[in-house]
Amino acid sequence: MTLKTPSDVAFARQAAARAMGAIGASAIKTTKFVTAVSEIARNAVIYGRGGVISFTQTGPSGRQSVIAVCTDRGPGIEDISAAIADGYSTGKSLGLGLGGAKRLVDRFEITSSSRQGTKVTLECGPR
Amino acid sequence: MLESANPVPMMTINGCVIVAIRDDLDDQEIVSLQDQLVEEVAKRAAHGVVIDISALEIVDTFAGRMLAAMAQMARVMNARTIIVGMRPAVAMTLVELGMTLDGVETALNADRAVNAIVSGRSNTP
Repeated sequence: MTLKTPSDVAFARQAAARAMGAIGASAIKTTKFVTAVSEIARNAVIYGRGGVISFTQTGPSGRQSVIAVCTDRGPGIEDISAAIADGYSTGKSLGLGLGGAKRLVDRFEITSSSRQGTKVTLECGPR
Repeated sequence: MLESANPVPMMTINGCVIVAIRDDLDDQEIVSLQDQLVEEVAKRAAHGVVIDISALEIVDTFAGRMLAAMAQMARVMNARTIIVGMRPAVAMTLVELGMTLDGVETALNADRAVNAIVSGRSNTP
């Protein structure tokens, strides 16, 4: 799904919640994952000039997890480790989004370049 | 701009503005809620604000920052803000995010919040 406006971020949250529902995830895991997706999707809209997010399920049945992949067309992040650190922001925010998202999921990967934009992968299991 | 196209219902009883936030407001809608709330506090000369977030399945850094800002704005206007109905999963997630919502008062339910505001007693040490 496309990420361009604040309402797209809300749609991404709904899609994330549905995906977690489909794997029978607990309330706490669902809340954590949806919150992380919200942070990443907002970043793509605000800093990444818009982007795309997709959700897939992976793993054996009964122990599936949800993977969200978010890519944007932005200028990339110059210093990823600084961007993940709490309190770092090039905008007006609190600078907790990226690092917070990382803490909320089971697997977090980020790659970024000035030519290809930023790609964030989030994975979260059911429990 | 969808200005006030979808206002959040709020009412003022006994000098207390009461708002129940519905789930999944987008960032723009949260900002317009903030404007609406500050106007209501001024118009009604309210001395308290109760924000019910029990419908919210998530509070991310943006929503958290806006809630804290609403409480600060109300305080500047001499109104006390109490947030009620936070889900346990939301509380856990906020702490992991590093959002401590400093200076934001919370209560278990709207009943206690209104009582605390009306009686002028603090429900937190």
